[in-house]
Amino acid sequence: MRDASVWTTLASRRVCATVGNLHDELDSMEPTILDKFRLGGIAFLSGCAAAILSSGPANAADLSPHDLIFLDRLTFGVNASSAAHLQAVGVERWLNEQLHPLANSVLPEPAKSQVDAMADVHKVPFDVAMSFDAQAKSANQVADPDQRKAAQQVYQQAMNDRMKQAQARSILHALYAPDQLRQRMTWFWFNHFNVHQYKANLRIFVGDYEDRAIRAHALGKFRDLLVATLRHPAMLRYLDNTDNAAGHLNENYAREIMELHTMGVGSGYTQADVEALARILTGVGIDVKAEDPKLKPELQSQLLREGAFEFNPARHDYGDKTFLGHEIRGRGFAEVDEAIDILVHHPATATHLAKQIATYFVADNPPDALVQKMAQAFKATDGDIAAVLGAMVHAPEFNASLKPGTKFKDPVTYVFSAVRLAYDDKVILNTLPVQNWLNRLGEGLFNHETPDGYSMTSASWNGPGQMTLRFEIARQIGSGSAGLFKPDAPNAVDKPAFPLIQNALYFNGLRQTLGPATLAALDQAVSPQDWNTLFLSSPEFMR
Amino acid sequence: MNRRELIKAFASAVPLTVAGRVWAAPATDARLLVVFLRGAYDAANVVVPIGSDFYRTARPTLGLAKPDAGNPNAALSLNADWGLHPALRDSISPFWAKREIAFVPFAGTSDDLTRSHFETQDTIELGQAAGGSRDYRSGFMSRLASELTRVKPISFTDQLPLIFRGKTQTPNIGIASVGKPGVDDRQARLIKDMYAQSDLASSVSEGFRIRDDVYRSVSEEMTAANRGAVSPRGFELSARRIGRLMRDQFNLGFVDVGGWDTHVNQGAATGYLADRLGELGRGLAGFSEEIGPAGWRDTVVVVISEFGRTFRENGDRGTDHGHGSVYWVMGGGINGGRIAGEQIKVEQATLFQNRDYPVLTDYRAMFAGLLQRQFGLQPPSIQRIFANVHAAELGLV
Repeated sequence: MRDASVWTTLASRRVCATVGNLHDELDSMEPTILDKFRLGGIAFLSGCAAAILSSGPANAADLSPHDLIFLDRLTFGVNASSAAHLQAVGVERWLNEQLHPLANSVLPEPAKSQVDAMADVHKVPFDVAMSFDAQAKSANQVADPDQRKAAQQVYQQAMNDRMKQAQARSILHALYAPDQLRQRMTWFWFNHFNVHQYKANLRIFVGDYEDRAIRAHALGKFRDLLVATLRHPAMLRYLDNTDNAAGHLNENYAREIMELHTMGVGSGYTQADVEALARILTGVGIDVKAEDPKLKPELQSQLLREGAFEFNPARHDYGDKTFLGHEIRGRGFAEVDEAIDILVHHPATATHLAKQIATYFVADNPPDALVQKMAQAFKATDGDIAAVLGAMVHAPEFNASLKPGTKFKDPVTYVFSAVRLAYDDKVILNTLPVQNWLNRLGEGLFNHETPDGYSMTSASWNGPGQMTLRFEIARQIGSGSAGLFKPDAPNAVDKPAFPLIQNALYFNGLRQTLGPATLAALDQAVSPQDWNTLFLSSPEFMR
Repeated sequence: MNRRELIKAFASAVPLTVAGRVWAAPATDARLLVVFLRGAYDAANVVVPIGSDFYRTARPTLGLAKPDAGNPNAALSLNADWGLHPALRDSISPFWAKREIAFVPFAGTSDDLTRSHFETQDTIELGQAAGGSRDYRSGFMSRLASELTRVKPISFTDQLPLIFRGKTQTPNIGIASVGKPGVDDRQARLIKDMYAQSDLASSVSEGFRIRDDVYRSVSEEMTAANRGAVSPRGFELSARRIGRLMRDQFNLGFVDVGGWDTHVNQGAATGYLADRLGELGRGLAGFSEEIGPAGWRDTVVVVISEFGRTFRENGDRGTDHGHGSVYWVMGGGINGGRIAGEQIKVEQATLFQNRDYPVLTDYRAMFAGLLQRQFGLQPPSIQRIFANVHAAELGLV
């Protein structure tokens, strides 16, 4: 077997320029923030610039495969800096940081500046929708059909731009936010409360929906999260509740709240309950006009508006309802609050959510005992999501699942983990390649048509065509910077970068998680590009 | 014994029982390709109700002229009541003459009236009742695949569509953009080695096999092109590739074609819709050519769309979302040259909600009838594919 470190020295001749850049960056940093892993990485990759830094590689014994899998499981993928941080603070403190992060995700400056430059990112949906509606209206008023079509295309293009920016924001958070568990839960909850960007004008709302409705509540109380989605125009439009009015019931949203968002299918509610909830939800919708709707004087005090959200009493069914065995007196929006309380406190909701979360983090069929512990935590804490996750992580069943090869990555986790590992905290300058990879792999952000969200089980993602495509994408990520460092702007310069996967983290930790077949294949790599491709294609990296 | 008699013989044969499960008697080399025209194609201007005076009233600028040998822009005669869009003169008309194509007017979703592309495409792909809760992980072609023995399903799409989601593991391949694989043979071998002992070994090796087969098939076509053949483009390119792959490798396929949502300036005998139709027709003819005479005899191609369009043209020389559509059934062994299924006179009084074609043949009933005959499926199998559906007997296969 060729010795890996010797091979790296040989291989590093091909990546000297890139490594040189990295050295420059590192030289300008304070030594105190250079963790030992990264120093180890430099030591290994210094074949072309002989021992710039004198520190030796990290102690291999510090990085147990168990800890690496733990970290990998609760983040969008292990990399040198996250491993170093876990090492520095210890598992319990790390977990506490992850379960109770600062109120807002803090992005590193090079990622934050990309987000801050986006159109509409600091605007609320009401204002965004008003300006887009005006644009649509003027486009539709063009008399000549061909010119009208052109104006409509400009409008569509503007919506597509907002959608791509929303995806970019999501990707930058997933790759670089230190509160990684919140980012995992943001993806999870978006998928749980799925909306599809291509319905109506949702492209202008999905970014706000993820930022303000989902991420802001991803680790908080489930009730707050549910209400935030219920009051968001993305959800009200996607599941048609904005069309739900007294005498013209639209049950779509009411059904999905029970079937997908809270209790789960087959948990004991009836069609009569769906209709009752639909009646309770009549009048809950969107209004992006400046003036209030015209109302009879006696209803005016019942009107509720908050941004684009509106409860219009003139559209509400004020009759009494029987919902899940409770008599609900018809009285306006307070009925919605009451129904939400009933749903959040229903035992089926605790079990359904616990099972979904455990499926996402632990196994296709999570152990019942684990689900029960998590459901218990949900009930005991009035639906505190962080407490449910804490219960999961501390359960022996979770610990037992931290073995190599237990949880197959969905495409999102796969791509994010590959980019995180390849570039660590060197922030990419263009997320479009990532967006394209996810779309090609069939798990594009905000791109699932139906309210059930993407499947979280492995059988949905490991078919023949899907595996081959993953290997192609492994090759694209492993072979070079793949457009990730060329900003999406006219005449932008592609900054040199190279995926550094065979680094100290690999030699000191990841290598220990690989089986003999994978090690044998890696030994036959003929270049760093080839090695990266094979590593990112390995069965171990798929899990 | 011709193809139809052969299938009948199979259909009546005693089903094989393996380990307690009743398997469909395999109809030897039967193949099925479903072509989904996404966006709702304007069926009334493709299979044209030439016998209807109301048609010309309702479509003052879009309407096609009655068949007239001297007018290249006139509809082509199918029978006394129906004509075909002239853009299909060279591609589809010959199939009609050979009785290898039938049209099923007034077809669609009898229980989905949303007129939403989004909803109705889902409805058709799932093949489940439109009301009530639906299982989005169970498309009807996936359920069909699990009822068939020796089935080799494939979706010729960039992503696995709803229609093929389910328990069967169906590969998908974006057929329009097959390039030389980046992962070379040496890397593929090393990757297969890494997976040799893993539970994904067969998925990985099958994936490389399909990839190589598809690429080889595409390379042959490029070699042909280099010898001076005209390279087909767009759907024709895809359809020819699909024809070769279904000749050699696969027997259950799905492909979709977009661009049919013609609200504005759709054109009449020429123009936007005519161009799209020409491409579709050339594609289907190319498919038949590539699959070869033997393959074509065993193949059924079904062309569907989520709904029809408004019978009257709108103010923008286009048409809006409607209801009933016209489905196409093609194949070398079908009983074609006919307008099949229940029909009514096309006039204002028979329009659904005074705007659209009604649906008289439900898509599930039509497929149930076709599948029953083509694959010799027994009623319990059909019920597992389309619950509570009564198969329509259109006599096509």
